[in-house]
Amino acid sequence: MIQGVPLQHILLLTTLLFFIGVYGFFTRKNLFTMLMSVELMLNAVAINFVVFNAYLFPENLQGHFFTIFIVSIAAAEAAVAIAIIVNVYRNIRTVNAERINEMKH
Amino acid sequence: MNITDFLLMRHELLLTAMVLIMLLIQIFTSNDYNASYFAMALFFIITVFGFAPSEKGEIFGNMYITDSLRVLMKNILNIGVLIVLFQSGEWISKPHNEGKRYEFYLILISTLIGMNFMISAGDFLMFYLGLEIASIPLAALAAYDKYRTKSSEAGIKMILSAAFSSAVMLFGISLLYGTCGTLYFSEISPQINGNILQILAFVFFISGLAFKISLVPFHFWTPDVYEGAPTTVTSYYSVISKGAAVFIFIILLFTVFKNLISQWQPIIYMLAVLTMSIGNLFALRQQNLKRFLAFSSIAQAGFILLGIIGAEQTGMASVVYFVLIYIFSNLAAFGVVSVVSEKTSKEAIEDYNGFYRTNPKLSLVLMLGLFSLAGIPPVAGFFGKFFLFSSVASAGYYWLLFIAAINATVSLYYYLLPVKAMFINKNDTPIEYIQSNPTAKTALIICVVGLLLTGFAGVLFDYITSLSFGI
Repeated sequence: MIQGVPLQHILLLTTLLFFIGVYGFFTRKNLFTMLMSVELMLNAVAINFVVFNAYLFPENLQGHFFTIFIVSIAAAEAAVAIAIIVNVYRNIRTVNAERINEMKH
Repeated sequence: MNITDFLLMRHELLLTAMVLIMLLIQIFTSNDYNASYFAMALFFIITVFGFAPSEKGEIFGNMYITDSLRVLMKNILNIGVLIVLFQSGEWISKPHNEGKRYEFYLILISTLIGMNFMISAGDFLMFYLGLEIASIPLAALAAYDKYRTKSSEAGIKMILSAAFSSAVMLFGISLLYGTCGTLYFSEISPQINGNILQILAFVFFISGLAFKISLVPFHFWTPDVYEGAPTTVTSYYSVISKGAAVFIFIILLFTVFKNLISQWQPIIYMLAVLTMSIGNLFALRQQNLKRFLAFSSIAQAGFILLGIIGAEQTGMASVVYFVLIYIFSNLAAFGVVSVVSEKTSKEAIEDYNGFYRTNPKLSLVLMLGLFSLAGIPPVAGFFGKFFLFSSVASAGYYWLLFIAAINATVSLYYYLLPVKAMFINKNDTPIEYIQSNPTAKTALIICVVGLLLTGFAGVLFDYITSLSFGI
């Protein structure tokens, strides 16, 4: 609970953050930047959980617990994703998403 | 909580034990030639134990729920994984996989643990954890062929779309938490009253989950990943991971979101129409057999939605029954494709011209699999589709039934193309005779027996119906 900051403002922030992430995921060409955009979306969700927990349901801690799991799973996801990106770079010599197009319909 | 409570989660515990045993074997053996045999033997034991009588119950403060329906779903997945493991022997024994054979089975089994936890979830935290345990290692499996560019391309497409879709789904869950103040399914369900925020949350949630089932507006990753990944992994994706996602999807719609039924029925209607039609239209023009099966599996997901829309007991039963049959038919088709592509690295449909003259048995199995996917009467696929269609009809969605019937007819055309290539088309240099290895043969025999028998086993459908529930 932050003094003088209503819940709506923080929700506005997280929604903006989430959709900046969505926008970045769809427009960026670099695989690392796309991964960072997904992390931005996950961070927005994490703030959402904490804020809902702190403002509306302070009697239990489910939202906080969920946030901890989101952060740790995001780390695992980033580890696997970066390993695959490194492998892509070794095979194709680029991390540009537009040039990873061997398969098309 | 005492020791017998843990027996409720015996599927997950047995699989965890299997992972640990495989790790120990890997440490104490010098080579990994026998990895596939260890995996098959251990998993066969687990599959048999899975059928032991089960009890209903909740543990970990309602976070983990189990009952006969969920145990049945896990057993269906186990049968599918057993067939996939039998099929994997051929590919895994190739020299380029040396030194990482155990890893393949470790990753595969850990994704299955995730799917089992997802099916048994009693709150959204457990559901999310299960989903992630199931989807992150799957991306590693797609990129398993380290030096093949297509495989790493499939891996990167898989992990990015999985991460994106779970982020979208999580945003929905967070909004749902904001309106209900709890994450437990049993406590959320009565609090859902259809206010705007809850509907928004539901839309985000269903879009995230639709990525996993590859329903149409969210299907773009599917064909690329299916084509690029190793064929064994592709067959795992197309039946097991999709089946698990469908199971939890239907459970969530029928329990947690049952108050939103008037909102989710039109959504499912649109998704079903789009998925069937677009999956079929793209399948028509495919030349690569793996890519062709990818689009056919998208279209099949559309047919699965037909059973969900009525929200009735028979609808749920027909979905579970269809997934069982779908496992047999798709694995029969993928089994043959995998044998052929491992031996000759040919995947195009026209390579199969004259296949019947050199490999009559394999072409018969592929034909039965494709007939079952198309829904031609003597094989099980017909009965699966029949129950799905009759559940739509009893729910009164006649237009949807009409569209589905048209799509089933269109799908007949492209399912018969490979059959025509194998049996009718002439070819001077057909694929030479293929001696498949014994485990792959066993897998194909299981599939064919399943295809021929499940359709006529009315007891099975009655049993599934007795466990299912509607709204």
